[in-house]
Amino acid sequence: MAEIVRAENYSFRYSESKKWAVKNFDLSVRSGEIIVLAGPSGCGKSTLLRSVNGLIPHMYAGQTEGSMSVDGHVVADTPMSVLAQEVGLLFQNPENQIFMFSVERDVAFGLENLGVPRGEMRERVDRAMRLMGVTELAGRAPHELSDGQKQRVALAGVVAMNPKLIILDEPTSLLDPKTALELVNQLERLRRENGTTLVVVEHRLDLLVTVADRIVVMNEGTKALDGAPRDVLFGDLAGGYGISVPAITRVQKLLARDGKISADRLLSAREMAGLLGGAGPR
Amino acid sequence: MNLKVEQGETVAIVGENGAGKTTLVKHVTGLLKPTSGVVRVKGVETTKASTAQLSRSVGVAFQNPDHQLFSESVYEEIAFALRNFGFSPQLVEKRVTWGLELFGLEEYRESSPLVLSGGEKKRLTLACILAWDPDVVILDEPTVGQDAIQKERLAGTIKLLGAAGKTVVVVSHDIEFLWPIQPRVVVMKSGRIVADGPASTLMLQKDVLEGARVSQPELVTFYQELSRRPEAPFVDPSEAERWLK
Repeated sequence: MAEIVRAENYSFRYSESKKWAVKNFDLSVRSGEIIVLAGPSGCGKSTLLRSVNGLIPHMYAGQTEGSMSVDGHVVADTPMSVLAQEVGLLFQNPENQIFMFSVERDVAFGLENLGVPRGEMRERVDRAMRLMGVTELAGRAPHELSDGQKQRVALAGVVAMNPKLIILDEPTSLLDPKTALELVNQLERLRRENGTTLVVVEHRLDLLVTVADRIVVMNEGTKALDGAPRDVLFGDLAGGYGISVPAITRVQKLLARDGKISADRLLSAREMAGLLGGAGPR
Repeated sequence: MNLKVEQGETVAIVGENGAGKTTLVKHVTGLLKPTSGVVRVKGVETTKASTAQLSRSVGVAFQNPDHQLFSESVYEEIAFALRNFGFSPQLVEKRVTWGLELFGLEEYRESSPLVLSGGEKKRLTLACILAWDPDVVILDEPTVGQDAIQKERLAGTIKLLGAAGKTVVVVSHDIEFLWPIQPRVVVMKSGRIVADGPASTLMLQKDVLEGARVSQPELVTFYQELSRRPEAPFVDPSEAERWLK
């Protein structure tokens, strides 16, 4: 798989701060990966995301060291207008990025701004709405929608721009558990059917561990852990970096220590109960 | 809707997006007044008291911290309400320092609230309201942006407030966070209460929860799927380990 993000010894310090927000950071993200970015609050996750989509250094003043590139473009040397087509951003609260009078117009907004020809715009909007499961909402006013629907509409607007990479800042934190799970399934589908690379900042790991390829843990601006979800969550260090190890994974870890259950992969509550003589997977 | 919360209770309000959870708590703070029926806080009808009067006994941390942060420094932010309520300068200093320590914000004492991360802003709003010691504490989605360590501290604080006789109302989608606190759980759907009871029994009712788009805590699913199991579900992973051994 081709590499889509590369950070080499990357550091950034905001001009008003004495502390480096991100320090000596190395990262390689391959095309089509789903990466969860985790770590204690204030560890530099948002700064890293801003460094990937170009808000840093183009909109935030500060000192940069090392290099950051996205799909071969050096972020510092690439205009925001070019980066905006490579990297999509989904905010925590969809209210911050939905503002048109109909869902369809909202999904088309970015394309209209780029002056995409009408026929092509129609195709891309339809495809994005289909991928995000909002086609039947096309004529509705965004403010009438539920929070989960709004989040999917906002994501469709990002997908319509056809970015190779989408970064998502706690996309499920304001959603009820079932709606959150549905969004995670949509994200998996987006990767599978569109090959989109996803970098997700998320504290609720229980939702994402099943679809993520890697968990990257940041601490005080540096990279603390980087590995498959199983390796990161079973390791002894995760808890120390403020990672919410799902309760059921903690049970599995405790039992695996005594050899009572396999530690080869992460098991769901149902699978584990099955292995221990319960009803098992259905 | 009919709902009665006793002093000292810890109540979690859960339910799908748009169920009316935030609207409900806004009635307790007096920000919204009922179209019909009555809302009383400590016996006082909210239509007969100003929001300012109610705020002395009800502290609320909104879902979006940007809606309640406006001072020039973190210190001033916490001191603001205390000064408005007429606390002495010595007490203001003491309560602000306590709040900063409790929520791990000492290093930002002189910083602008605007430079804090989302999670830190959220903790600052909690420090602000707990500093003036209201009898009723309302937390709307308090875990958004919080890492595991902060969530654990927050759960500890909620238990402590309960033990101190405070009434705590937590609106949250974060079932895994709520479960170890073992609150009374009120499940809402389409503006109504569809279930109300202790977490230990209500969280076992999968159908009721699913109808309101709420999932069961993982430890409850695990417990229910075991063919032979103890009387009550595991609250903590180590309980499951001990029992299975």
